[in-house]
Amino acid sequence: MTAVPALAVEDLSVEFRTRSGTVKVLERVAFEVDKGETVALVGESGSGKSVTAFAVMGILDAAGKVTSGRAMFGGCDLLALSEHDLAEQRGRELSMIFQNPRTALNPIRRVGQQIADVLVRHGGATRPDAPRAAVEMLKKVRIPDPERRAEAYPFELSGGMCQRIMIAIALACRPALLIADEPTTGLDVTTQAVIMDLIGELAHESGMATIFITHDLALAAEYCDRIVVMHAGHIVEMAPGLELFAHPRHPYSAKLLAATPGETASLAEMASIPGGLPDLRRPDLPPCRYSARCERRTDECVTKPLPHRAVGERHVVACWNPL
Amino acid sequence: MLPLLRHARYVLSENPVTGLAFGLFAMFLLAAILGPVLAPYSPLQSNAAMTLKPPSAEHWFGTDQLGRDIFSRVLVATRLDLTIAFASVILAFMLGALSGVAAGYFGGWTDRVVGRLADTIMAFPLFVLAMGIVAALGNEVINIVIATAIINFPLYARVARAEANVRREAGFIEAARLSGNGEARVLLGHVLPNIMPIMMVQMSLTMGYAILNAAGLSFIGLGVRPPDAEWGIMVAEGANFIQSGEWWIALFPGAALMLAVFCFNLLGDGLRDIIDPRMRT
Amino acid sequence: MSALLDIGALAKRFDVGGKRLLFAVDEVSFTIGRGETVGLVGESGCGKSTLVRLINRLLDPTSGSIGLGGTDLAAFKASAFAANPNRARIQMVFQDAGDSLNPRYTAADAIADPVRRLKKMSGTDLKRRVEALADMTGLPRELLSRFPHQLSGGQKARVGIARAIAVEPELLILDEPTAALDVSVQVVILQLLQQLKRELGMSYLFVSHDLNVVRLLCDRVLVMYLGKIVEEGPAAEVFADPRHPYTRALISAIPQADPEKRVGRLRLGGEPRSPIDPDPTVCRFYGRCPQGEPRCSSEMPLLRTAGPARQVACHFA
Repeated sequence: MTAVPALAVEDLSVEFRTRSGTVKVLERVAFEVDKGETVALVGESGSGKSVTAFAVMGILDAAGKVTSGRAMFGGCDLLALSEHDLAEQRGRELSMIFQNPRTALNPIRRVGQQIADVLVRHGGATRPDAPRAAVEMLKKVRIPDPERRAEAYPFELSGGMCQRIMIAIALACRPALLIADEPTTGLDVTTQAVIMDLIGELAHESGMATIFITHDLALAAEYCDRIVVMHAGHIVEMAPGLELFAHPRHPYSAKLLAATPGETASLAEMASIPGGLPDLRRPDLPPCRYSARCERRTDECVTKPLPHRAVGERHVVACWNPL
Repeated sequence: MLPLLRHARYVLSENPVTGLAFGLFAMFLLAAILGPVLAPYSPLQSNAAMTLKPPSAEHWFGTDQLGRDIFSRVLVATRLDLTIAFASVILAFMLGALSGVAAGYFGGWTDRVVGRLADTIMAFPLFVLAMGIVAALGNEVINIVIATAIINFPLYARVARAEANVRREAGFIEAARLSGNGEARVLLGHVLPNIMPIMMVQMSLTMGYAILNAAGLSFIGLGVRPPDAEWGIMVAEGANFIQSGEWWIALFPGAALMLAVFCFNLLGDGLRDIIDPRMRT
Repeated sequence: MSALLDIGALAKRFDVGGKRLLFAVDEVSFTIGRGETVGLVGESGCGKSTLVRLINRLLDPTSGSIGLGGTDLAAFKASAFAANPNRARIQMVFQDAGDSLNPRYTAADAIADPVRRLKKMSGTDLKRRVEALADMTGLPRELLSRFPHQLSGGQKARVGIARAIAVEPELLILDEPTAALDVSVQVVILQLLQQLKRELGMSYLFVSHDLNVVRLLCDRVLVMYLGKIVEEGPAAEVFADPRHPYTRALISAIPQADPEKRVGRLRLGGEPRSPIDPDPTVCRFYGRCPQGEPRCSSEMPLLRTAGPARQVACHFA
């Protein structure tokens, strides 16, 4: 829609070296996030959604290696940047918030100071001014009594509050892209709603692009513009939330929806997904990693490389035999 | 048993240093068990004609001031030193780990009592305390064991307490109670097995320390007395002769001491890897 | 349906120093019938974990009764309950299966533990019982010799369930049993739980954050807030027509893909009131409630009937 997307991930492949072999965690993952857009990366455990985010941020585990691909951001390839250059980007243009907010914050530093740290490092604030700017950020994330709360330690605050602190830290320098890795998992549902609203509002206000990683399809559909469904290191479908729910085209997406409580009327109607994840260490994986579990499998699925078919407005499916 | 052995072999193959430690330990064990049989000379046999001879073909480690073969003495001393080490460690473990686990799990008064006991022991410079205990109880090997166990008590108690405290809240402890395990059974059957890997490392480290402690005590005339062969005493006696050039009297028992401590330290890590089921894939 | 579990004015107050008391569970009363599944929902700090621990006798109540088929379990001390003949009648499936399994015990050891302790079985009888339980919960027998870290999330969940049903409890408490599982695994486990309930004739107390799952599985639902039950009723009705403002906020917060199906969003601001020495005349929800009136701060709303089998603790429901 707009000229240049905020983030364009192209052909990203990541491998992990382990004791028992090389695990091809991601294979040729490609997607774009436009300015101001919220894209959800949805998948079960082992789908590679978090690895994608970590690869883009350059914080992959030491055993992980990017074997191909680019992550075009602000005109340069994040994956090709040196650690020093990447560190300049992180916190300033590119930010991340994590699951388990209380453990993601430094437990022995007051929260106000932690926000001030980022402002000084990347935001160009001076040491004496930073505390005041930190309190402003706290007001922005709607923490009541911000002057007093700035002096608190993470353990004194609730999970929801800690998550707001993390958001304050992440957005302090008004980054162009925010990656949120399961930020509301573990939070109460009412807190989740408030946090999601907050992220949405702040993103909208500054035109920030957001990548939102979650296993909760309904959450993704309600708060995100588009959903990217991942399975075993592949992207299998991309579509706007409502469209995906109404017309899932990939067999896995459909099964995922059928297994999501809230979409069906009774437990008896729900179906699990047969089979399990393929062993990603094998050298002989078929081009479609879902084919072993798929009842719609055809010969093309195991011989030809994965297609990317446009099946609607911004709706792409990677399947030879879509629904 | 078989999976344990298979896992042991895997650990040893992955980590050659651990393999070395196990090898050394096996060697020490053999020396302890078979020492007196394998020694070429009697460790107590003095020979006025062969005093202060340097290492040679007949006397690999030379002879001391009474003409005794140092190699035989070092070899036979292994049994005494290892016995002291094992006994101290096991006693320290029983006293310290059990009270520590109870303190960590129950909290309250148990914790306070164990804590104060540990604090009292730690208030003294530990070696001085050991000296005091041996001097008070008498110059017997058993008292070296008791003294070593006592001065190590706070360490074991503290580690055990910390571990038990962490696990107290764990789901499987509640599940154990729901399964009909009374408090004692929960402690012994569920908490204790989980802290064994850390305790293993602790025990192997203290083995080395126990030997050093015994050596130190004999050095100053407490505990083991001449003519018994023990590495510490031999180093003490040998120290008198270094200035006059007879370096071998102190060096070889000292080297044995060093090797033993080194071996036990490495052993601990290896043992923990083998025992901890989480290390198994 | 005769009541299996009868909770009468159960309360637990913790001493937090300086003569202050934390009212974790505050005069809670409800029943669970034979063969019924009752859901317990509420957010962190509402007291559900404490309530669960009171019911399964890991904790002693400050006051109140816990009637199980006529016997008041509150009369027995928690520390001695392991040896009590009633121990086997209430069991629990834990939230984090990984955390609830002893890392040094194999799956077989874990499942055998309660059977050994409470049913006094041993030897081949025990082995056969463990295998039967593995079959019942869909756990392949080869996995019985594995340690927890060698099992997948779904497999660990099955071990936890097998252990919990091993002594044939009358009441099974399920504390977020599928919270850590992927959706596809969750379906299988929930269906398994449904099936086991029918086969073994148990009653369930199902504690969960996930309101969608509660709606699927439960006959009745209890909503807790700051130690009190604020609403109670048949699950379908409570979800379709919540009466208490807190329940309404809770249900409206459930993520919903279809904008047309989204119920009027009630966003809760602020933080919950302090559970320490709460004022007994002020409604616990006062301050965050969109509806607060002066009456709410001078008279504590009690649970009262608001329809057939429905109870709400609000002046305006």
